[in-house]
Amino acid sequence: MTATLALQSQDIRKTFGHFTALGGVSLTVERGEFVALFGRNGAGKTTFLKVAATLVRATHGKLAIEGVDIHEEPEKARRHIGFLSHNTYLYRDLNPVENLRFFGRLYGVPDLEGRIHQLLERVGLQRRKSDPVRAFSRGLHQRLGLARVMLHNPSVILLDEPYTGLDANAVDMLNGLLDEAAAAGKTVILTTHDFDQGIRAATRTVIIDRGKVVLDSPAKDSAARDAYTEYIRLGLSR
Amino acid sequence: MKPVSAIIFKDIAIELRSKESLASMIMFAVLVLVVFNFAFESTGLDKSLVAPGSLWVAVSFAAILALNRSFAKETDNDCLQGLLLAPLSRGELYLAKVSSNFLFMLIAEIIILPLFVVFNALNFDFRFAEVIAIVFLGTLAIAGIGTILSTISSNTRMKEVMLPVLQIPLTLPLIIAAVESTREILMDDTGQVSSWLYILAGFTIVYLTLSYLLFEFAVED
Repeated sequence: MTATLALQSQDIRKTFGHFTALGGVSLTVERGEFVALFGRNGAGKTTFLKVAATLVRATHGKLAIEGVDIHEEPEKARRHIGFLSHNTYLYRDLNPVENLRFFGRLYGVPDLEGRIHQLLERVGLQRRKSDPVRAFSRGLHQRLGLARVMLHNPSVILLDEPYTGLDANAVDMLNGLLDEAAAAGKTVILTTHDFDQGIRAATRTVIIDRGKVVLDSPAKDSAARDAYTEYIRLGLSR
Repeated sequence: MKPVSAIIFKDIAIELRSKESLASMIMFAVLVLVVFNFAFESTGLDKSLVAPGSLWVAVSFAAILALNRSFAKETDNDCLQGLLLAPLSRGELYLAKVSSNFLFMLIAEIIILPLFVVFNALNFDFRFAEVIAIVFLGTLAIAGIGTILSTISSNTRMKEVMLPVLQIPLTLPLIIAAVESTREILMDDTGQVSSWLYILAGFTIVYLTLSYLLFEFAVED
């Protein structure tokens, strides 16, 4: 496994009973790359991100985050990872500060209170910091979820359908945060069904179909849009 | 051990806000003691014969209520995934959840045990201290096995039903040992008590060790 790569997967396979979710995904992502990962429903995007985030154990293959093998040193690998899916993993009975304080302690974040204040300011939740999360709308949930992801300053950010349920204002805020992360040299891998949002800041486009990478090209390449149309909009497979 | 204490304090904060586990545990256990007390009051039976049974029915079934809530809190909004993303081992996560479950059960028992003494006309003497020690050990064993079983059952469709179905048979040997050792102490007939305590301690160690080692497989997809 190469230490200079943010993510390196070799022949990752995952089966659930008789169903093959990933049929051998090999992908290398360099540090600072912004990868938009596309695919139809059930193509294997989420499963791949979950394997990379150490949430799902691969049936076969090797995967390293920042040169750290996720099977051999999962705890070390997790320190580099920030993962956000449609569920924000936040405790509804706690308020934003309590949620972030809890996750901050899990990661051993230095100057935690200062970092919490800074992030709540950044995601526009400073005025709602004492309200229980159960009173939050979907958009506010996702904002706080983003703050949770950024809390420990991860170098690899994995986002699974982050735009789902967000209004225009929240989408702008998310895009702003992703732009900042990219400018800071962080690696971003994002799955979405919205092609234009996906390639907005992406440097690379990857399409997964039936658990395999079928296209890997520069984001602005016309081949990416053609392949997207072919695989996802028309539902064709080669 | 900072992540472990962070999880315990988080569970305490949520419980202080929702009061779901403790309120239901205490209510249920008190009801059991009251019902058993009135049921056996009129029979003229020696209370020290039936009291240990009523105590352990109250403790073990109240524990199931707490354990059912324990992982329900973590499956709500997929919070368990957030814990699995954190840089702590699955074993540490297990220890944290066992500790908070054990703590909540002990808090409920602080209320249950004095009531048990009052209902059964016992004294707060050295025998009571011995019963407390047995309850402490039995509760640790129930929390140890119950934590992994509540994790498994929380991923099933019939989670509320599945936990007692799994837990009751597996805790039966240790409940028997706990009931027998409590009975011997209350009756001042401690000839066999060390054997029962060995069984209870043995199950506690085996359940805690096995659950610690297997938790990784229970908690992941």
